Amino acid sequence: MPGQPPEGAIAPPDGQLSDRSLSRLGAQSLSAYVHIPFCASRCGYCDFNTYTADELGPGANRADYAGTVIREIEFARGVLGATTTPLHSVFFGGGTPTLLPSSDLARILHALRDTFALAPDAEITTEANPDSVDKASLAALRDAGFTRISFGWQATAPHVLAVLERTHNVDKALAAVRAAQEVGFEHVSVDLIYGTPGETDDNFRAALTAAIDSGVDHVSAYALIVEDGTRLGAAVKRGTVPQPSDDVAADRYVIADEMLSSAGLEWYEVSNWARPGGECRHNLAYWRNADWWGFGPGAHSHIGGTRWWNVRHPSAYATRIDAGESPAQAREELTDADQELERVLLGIRLKEGLDGIPDDLSAPLVSEGLLEQHDDNLVLTQHGRLLADLVVRRLT
Amino acid sequence: MSASAPGSTDPSLIRNFCIIAHIDHGKSTLADRMLQLTGVVEGRDMRAQYLDRMDIERERGITIKSQAVRLPYTAADGRTYILNLIDTPGHVDFTYEVSRSLAACEGAVLLVDAAQGIEAQTLANLYLALENDLQIIPVLNKIDLPFAQPEKYAAELAKIIGCSPDDVMRVSGKTGVGVAELLQATVDLIPPPVGDPDAPARALIFDSVYDTYRGVVTYVRVVDGHLNSRDRIQMMSTRTVHELLEVGVISPDPVPSKGLGVGEVGYLITGVKDVRQSRVGDTVTTLARPATQDLGGYRDPKPMVFAGLYPLDGSDYPELRDALDKLKLNDASLVYEPETSVALGFGFRCGFLGLLHMEIVRERLEREFNLDLISTAPNVVYRVRMDDNSEHIVTNPSEYPDGKVAEVFEPIVRSTVLAPTEFVGAIMELCQQRRGTMDGMDYISEDRVELRYTLPLAEIVFDFFDQLKSRTRGYASLDYEPNGEQAADLVKVDILLHGDPVDAFSAIVHRDKSYNYGVAMAAKLKELIPRQQFEVPIQAAIGARIIARENVRAIRKDVLAKCYGGDITRKRKLLEKQKEGKKRMKMVGRVEVPQEAFIAALSTSDTGAEAKKK
Repeated sequence: MPGQPPEGAIAPPDGQLSDRSLSRLGAQSLSAYVHIPFCASRCGYCDFNTYTADELGPGANRADYAGTVIREIEFARGVLGATTTPLHSVFFGGGTPTLLPSSDLARILHALRDTFALAPDAEITTEANPDSVDKASLAALRDAGFTRISFGWQATAPHVLAVLERTHNVDKALAAVRAAQEVGFEHVSVDLIYGTPGETDDNFRAALTAAIDSGVDHVSAYALIVEDGTRLGAAVKRGTVPQPSDDVAADRYVIADEMLSSAGLEWYEVSNWARPGGECRHNLAYWRNADWWGFGPGAHSHIGGTRWWNVRHPSAYATRIDAGESPAQAREELTDADQELERVLLGIRLKEGLDGIPDDLSAPLVSEGLLEQHDDNLVLTQHGRLLADLVVRRLT
Repeated sequence: MSASAPGSTDPSLIRNFCIIAHIDHGKSTLADRMLQLTGVVEGRDMRAQYLDRMDIERERGITIKSQAVRLPYTAADGRTYILNLIDTPGHVDFTYEVSRSLAACEGAVLLVDAAQGIEAQTLANLYLALENDLQIIPVLNKIDLPFAQPEKYAAELAKIIGCSPDDVMRVSGKTGVGVAELLQATVDLIPPPVGDPDAPARALIFDSVYDTYRGVVTYVRVVDGHLNSRDRIQMMSTRTVHELLEVGVISPDPVPSKGLGVGEVGYLITGVKDVRQSRVGDTVTTLARPATQDLGGYRDPKPMVFAGLYPLDGSDYPELRDALDKLKLNDASLVYEPETSVALGFGFRCGFLGLLHMEIVRERLEREFNLDLISTAPNVVYRVRMDDNSEHIVTNPSEYPDGKVAEVFEPIVRSTVLAPTEFVGAIMELCQQRRGTMDGMDYISEDRVELRYTLPLAEIVFDFFDQLKSRTRGYASLDYEPNGEQAADLVKVDILLHGDPVDAFSAIVHRDKSYNYGVAMAAKLKELIPRQQFEVPIQAAIGARIIARENVRAIRKDVLAKCYGGDITRKRKLLEKQKEGKKRMKMVGRVEVPQEAFIAALSTSDTGAEAKKK
């Protein structure tokens, strides 16, 4: 089962936030994340908080899910008070959000709109599996107000998709992007995974070429992480699948960075590339440490220096919501030192860089070619992006 | 008081003896049975292996510190004899202590497992006993075992001692069979002690133990004269004088007495706190009427094996120092001095009698004092003579002198290996690889052979015992004793990380083996040292000459791509954990080396681990 959440302090049943956190609300933009914890089948590498129909068990079902989330939206309104800024972005992630009927996604979105209001230019994204959409469902999402769609391609080579246990093929992947573009999504993104055992440099180049040629304005590329508790993790432990190599991952990253930037998609975060204007605003909100409320089981939230995370199982979540209680499993109120650490750890990943770092910490990293000074900000070089965690350890 | 009261026992009624046996041949069980049969310990009070006191001893089934127990025994002639059973250590590292225990006896029970036959250390101790003119009583133990072969091993013992197989007694310490007969045999066969009751007192110290409550308890055998509980005594080697606070015998708990007479065995308490003030092998006399001639045979304990001991956590250094200071009170052969290692920080260079001694000290430090330790590979002591005729004694390879070396001397040992004949080839091959020269070979029975080799001690220290055991499927036994030194073609191999030598990894090895050592160590370290921001060459060098090289390539990727659905907490905690881990890294020049890498690299040659398993 998925990796365990961090430990934290007990969260009060009424979800009440400290005066300190509430007083900071509004200083930054407010976003919403909606977790959809359902998948048709679980992929071998995945440790996200998602459940197949078999895994779900009694006490939670897909049909009731939208209603439960909408009750958490009402609960959030009570906690945050009446005067929040309109939502800057909304992101439906999973799981496989598009496993729910478009009408359910629309109901949740409209509840958010009616409760919190949406900024005029709000970015409304959903993740989608190429397998779980068709032109009609995509059109319905577009009509409901979604502005952006992010497809989990992961790969295009059949043998790589097989290792990842993805059920789609490259034709479906391309067709899904085309359909989304045809129904009017101006922002379409694809996710790729590199470094899968069996994948070659050329396999990965072909996936990048397919993504670039499809005309998307955003690409995310993540190195495969073998997580404990997944089938892939077990296979690696048994030795039936080789451990992905960091050197190979580094090579692939360089390939991605070079191919995407020469195609006009510039990096704006360590693992994300976009055409100008195609950057994911919701994604940026995370790295800029803005406020967001995460709805749904296992979802994480951050409001004004308090972080919390909901109980993980959909039925436990539903029970809390039905009882009118906060679904939070635990929370932590960040100290000033925690917040400074997070500012560095999150902000350094962005192209816009980070200011306020003492020279004696940054100068050696600049001379070693890991950072560049852009005006007042420090920005990772390509070499530095590959060693971003090392850079953060040395900056903090 | 009967005639056999301590202090006034007729020497003709005294029998002083020890039991010579291999580690697991049942000495303690037999001793327990003797205690029971003589009524010294009631059956229900019997704690298994009464004489072995320390936990470690009981767990390892060996006796580290000897004791003496006084057993009143009514023999067939109706007279009550005093049997003093002097326990002896049973391991190669404690040969000197064994020799002093033997010197306190007139007889020895040679105890051999009837299913295994004699072992090399037993044989060595038997020779020691014969040199001391002890009356030997050969005994086969464990005759109750289904695999016992008493006929075969009786013949073997008879051949070694030069007696008839019928003279070999058969007992079972476990069931008690034959033990009464053995007690009677000690009375019949072992000569009573002879000494001059009117001469100035002379008593041999054969053991000295520190007790938290009583201070040092000294075990002695009176040779001449008489020690009274109110005497002031003098140690003849140091001329130091102590007030006697208590004199007594062990039976099996301490029983104070008015004194000890000729031939008697007992204990002295003077209130001193350090066993160094009451050394094994020294002669005790009285200040009022001192003897002029000591009993001879006294030697300062000489450490043969050295290793650096470091606390895993540098802040435990004061605790380690205190712990060593305390252990020293009970261990006259433990020596140590502060040492600083670039790689390991502050610690101590410790000298031990041998590998087992090292392992015991280390284990006691960890167990009794709750310390986590890291130990360098053990090494021997080298004498290095320079071209300018100056001389250096090297107990730490990293202190090997630079400059023109004329000659290097290393300690050698005379070793005995006993094994089934089928392994002769394998043993010879091993000894040859280890620079051994053969001194002789004898068949001690049809299918068992004794091989004698002179070997450099350094080769024994370097996993010899492991190799011997694995090449003989565990059947070979080994004994060795120091036998001076020899000049050898030795070189110091340094290990450099990114150009900086790592003192803890330096080793002094024979030139023919230096290449193999360098290659193996570099390869091992390559696996243990995490990739750094820059390429790290690992080199093995003799002086300025590089003999082996490996590279740890620069790290290329150290970034977690995923954000785990906004779980920033997890990411921050991971970072904090990484930073915590970094604090435990040791810096060698610019290279960060995790402590585990040192432990793993140093364990390659840590043969002490094998002694633990025995």
